[in-house]
Amino acid sequence: MSTLNSNIPAGELTNKWTKYKSSVPLVNPANKRNLEVIVVGSGLAGASAAATLAEMGYKVKCFCFQDSPRRAHSIAAQGGINAAKNYQNDGDSTYRLFYDTIKGGDYRAREANVHRLAEVSSNIIDQCVAQGVPLAREYGGLLDNRSFGGTQVQRTFYAAGQTGQQLLLGAYSALERQVGMGKVEMFTRHEMLEVVKVDGKARGIIARNLITGELERHFGHAVVLATGGYGNVFYLSTNAMGSNVTAAWKANKQGAFFANPCYTQIHPTCIPVSGDHQSKLTLMSESLRNDGRIWVPKKKDDNRRAVDIPEEERDYYLERRYPAFGNLVPRDVASRAAKERCDAGYGVGASKKAVYLDFTFNTERYGKIEANKNNIQNPDHATIMRLGKEVVKEKYGNLFDMYKQITGEDPYETPMRIYPAVHYTMGGLWVDYNLMTTVPGLYCLGEANFSDHGANRLGASALMQGLADGYFVLPYTIGDYLSKELATKALPLDHPAFVEAENKVKETLDTLINVKGTKSVDYFHKKLGLIMWDNCGMARNEAGLKASIAAIQQLKKDFWSDVLVPGTTDELNTELEKALRVADFIELGELMCIDALNRNESCGGHFREEYQTEEGEALRDDEKYAYVAAWENKGDGEFTLHKEELKFENIKIAQRSYK
Amino acid sequence: MSTGNMNLTLKIWRQKNTKSKGELVDYKVANISPDMSFLEMFDVLNEQLITKGDQPIVFDHDCREGICGMCSMFINGRPHGPKNGITTCQLHMRSFKDGDTITVEPWRAQAFPVIKDLTVDRSAFDRVISAGGFISVNTGNAQDANNLPIPKANADAAFEAAACIGCGACVATCKNASAMLFVSAKVSQLALLPQGQPERYKRVQNMVAQMDAEGFGNCTNTGACEAECPKGISLENIARMNRDYLSAKFVSQEEA
Ligand SMILES: Cc1cc2nc3c(=O)[nH]c(=O)nc-3n(C[C@H](O)[C@H](O)[C@H](O)COP(=O)(O)OP(=O)(O)OC[C@H]3O[C@@H](n4cnc5c(N)ncnc54)[C@H](O)[C@@H]3O)c2cc1C
Ligand code: SF4
Ligand code: FES
Repeated sequence: MSTLNSNIPAGELTNKWTKYKSSVPLVNPANKRNLEVIVVGSGLAGASAAATLAEMGYKVKCFCFQDSPRRAHSIAAQGGINAAKNYQNDGDSTYRLFYDTIKGGDYRAREANVHRLAEVSSNIIDQCVAQGVPLAREYGGLLDNRSFGGTQVQRTFYAAGQTGQQLLLGAYSALERQVGMGKVEMFTRHEMLEVVKVDGKARGIIARNLITGELERHFGHAVVLATGGYGNVFYLSTNAMGSNVTAAWKANKQGAFFANPCYTQIHPTCIPVSGDHQSKLTLMSESLRNDGRIWVPKKKDDNRRAVDIPEEERDYYLERRYPAFGNLVPRDVASRAAKERCDAGYGVGASKKAVYLDFTFNTERYGKIEANKNNIQNPDHATIMRLGKEVVKEKYGNLFDMYKQITGEDPYETPMRIYPAVHYTMGGLWVDYNLMTTVPGLYCLGEANFSDHGANRLGASALMQGLADGYFVLPYTIGDYLSKELATKALPLDHPAFVEAENKVKETLDTLINVKGTKSVDYFHKKLGLIMWDNCGMARNEAGLKASIAAIQQLKKDFWSDVLVPGTTDELNTELEKALRVADFIELGELMCIDALNRNESCGGHFREEYQTEEGEALRDDEKYAYVAAWENKGDGEFTLHKEELKFENIKIAQRSYK
Repeated sequence: MSTGNMNLTLKIWRQKNTKSKGELVDYKVANISPDMSFLEMFDVLNEQLITKGDQPIVFDHDCREGICGMCSMFINGRPHGPKNGITTCQLHMRSFKDGDTITVEPWRAQAFPVIKDLTVDRSAFDRVISAGGFISVNTGNAQDANNLPIPKANADAAFEAAACIGCGACVATCKNASAMLFVSAKVSQLALLPQGQPERYKRVQNMVAQMDAEGFGNCTNTGACEAECPKGISLENIARMNRDYLSAKFVSQEEA
């Protein structure tokens, strides 16, 4: 075990980034043209980084597995993006955003990174608006805000329920502009399958052209991974079907430590599972908790329709347990509370694994306000509800439509049924203050790194982090490394390091195709998902984790001896793509359980049943576990733990309370 | 393993690669549940094919919630199937009934060559965007966002145009395979905003030139695109683009 150096600049927290920026070595424009950077990923983090690096003059290659960079999973983000603008004059500040994020993360994030994030948050909104991103506005023409969980200010900027789409299209247009100018070479339908290293430094990648199956060698003076989260290790999640861990996992095998893999965010408001055929779960944005109230019947096994259950027989359990934050407690708290009610027998719907998210109350409130605005005297209930519905529709119309489409029920008429689902992964590749992994020259951005959210991410903070990393952080910090690489010549593509890496990939591909077993890739993926959900999901315990480690090891053996991948390696072969991803998920799943077993405390999204307060709240152990657990991959399922101690110099560490 | 009771016949386009000739092939699926999505029904079929040792049907999809624009099936003669305002992945089997025969083909357009089965190449859209679908502002060049108030009505109209997901259904449904709805949505979004003004006329010219170079057909105002667009992108955008395109000619003459 060793101690990790996070390279945090010295000095006052509030000055670190400013000082760093003015003292970081620069690369002059003529030299930038000779430096090549590979960016894997075209989501918010990757697209913003690739565009910005190219604007600065670097030669950039950008990769994504979809058919267009615009389809990266960031496109699906719904609710919003945080920034400490204090446009609402409600007392927001950089410090408050910093504080909320550290507290929301249950004191398991690095102060310096989080403060920097809060500092640049405001520039993100400026940049996006300048690009023409149509964020929501008020009648006066200024930007509007909404509230999200875990805060008491309104700092969330949004574009209806399509914030991620609009922000990504902004970054995508910046990226495509550079493509048009010949400064970024874009590789779509390409999957990175290996990191190429020379003398310990990252020097390129092996990527598979998904259409032809050809393996390609690409050189870079530095390699940036912005490949998203690994929630699909659970099979069912709100992530897109293709979201995967492969790039980060290959990096882990090449020496990049994987930090806090067990920190998973289970989002409280998703559409419940409807049957065995389920292929993914759909999020109902956290913004709905602004205007919806969550409840279950007070009586067990109450089978009446929601509308038939009178007010006094409803248990608004979040408002009851957490009067200060009510329905706006952070996600981990809200999810566990829903599970607790359902496990205790108060769940609703056919499966009993759901709670209600009810908009009647606020529809009525909005209706009254509208009636007043329109000078309607003594409006009847129907008029009020009609007017209210129009307001709700403007705010959340697309989410309501989505819900109706999936469930066949109309949420304007009856409350939504919701249940927690896997949504986001706080864990990821360990990075230092520069966003560099433990492999020199290999960087990691966005959801794929572990950096800013500790053990629980606050809503609307992932978009902020992805764009902060890509637009405003990496473009500076990468100069520190590249300024020392001016003499490095582009590696010839027949260099032994490329040959060796490509052969390794080829061998894996051939092995998979040649197993010719009896079961589809999905069969194994579903099995893995179930093990993970049952034992490494919302609640974990020692016995369950130990059993799942054994079960996953067995699953790995079965996979490699019985998987059936049809077709060949030299064609568009979606089953082969899935097989490669699932092979990595299986190994990652084991590490997640190892990490969860190691952390003998509860914090944020990591809830160990053995460690809870009498009221069932997460019980941290700051003496023993105020560290980042970064895992080195020794091969063959062996991992070594390295620790980064977390020092809280600016925030008093305390038990999180939202009561 | 499905849980429902619908039995269906599927006629699905199979094509090995861009060069080969494709054909419709018949398949049967049983016990389909009305709660399944259309793509989950395809999952069931593919599972059947794989375990029989056959090649599964290749189709594009990713988010499965109607926002990434990747899914693209031409179902019973309509892009994204029989319902309005949704994508293929949002279509559920409750829109069909037991015993139905469903024909599924890829998008067909000269500018969207078939790659395999139901998967087509839509990279032409990216090239149209890179020709001008942006505002030229480098990172770090922005002023405070609220220094530029934008009337809510304009902001909302820009947002509506920006809702396009780049799926290509408009092209697939158009008898001329025109991309006018897609291109005009981006042109409109930026033309409606003050930030978009400096490049307004150059943008429309560059994007239209690229659109033509990609081999998309002309617009003859039949309006099928608007009817089939899953995001309700309006024909008004095409009118706005045409106006800007005409003005652009005058503007550039004046400048010259
Ligand atoms: C439904 C949903 C709603 C959300 N809503 C919000 C919200 O309202 N606010 C908020 O802040 N956050 C939200 N989030 C979280 C947020 O959207 C994500 O965390 C964030 O967008 C991730 O961005 P990214 O750039 O890191 O990765 P992604 O957007 O996932 O991009 C990953 C990129 O990497 C590429 N890639 C991956 N692996 C490879 C490989 N091996 N080779 C080549 N390319 C590869 C992909 O093609 C893609 O381009 C939401 C998430 C979900 C699932
Ligand atoms: S205009 Fe509509 S149909 Fe055309 S690409 Fe955009 S969303 Fe798809
Ligand atoms: S799969 Fe994303 S829109 Fe259908």
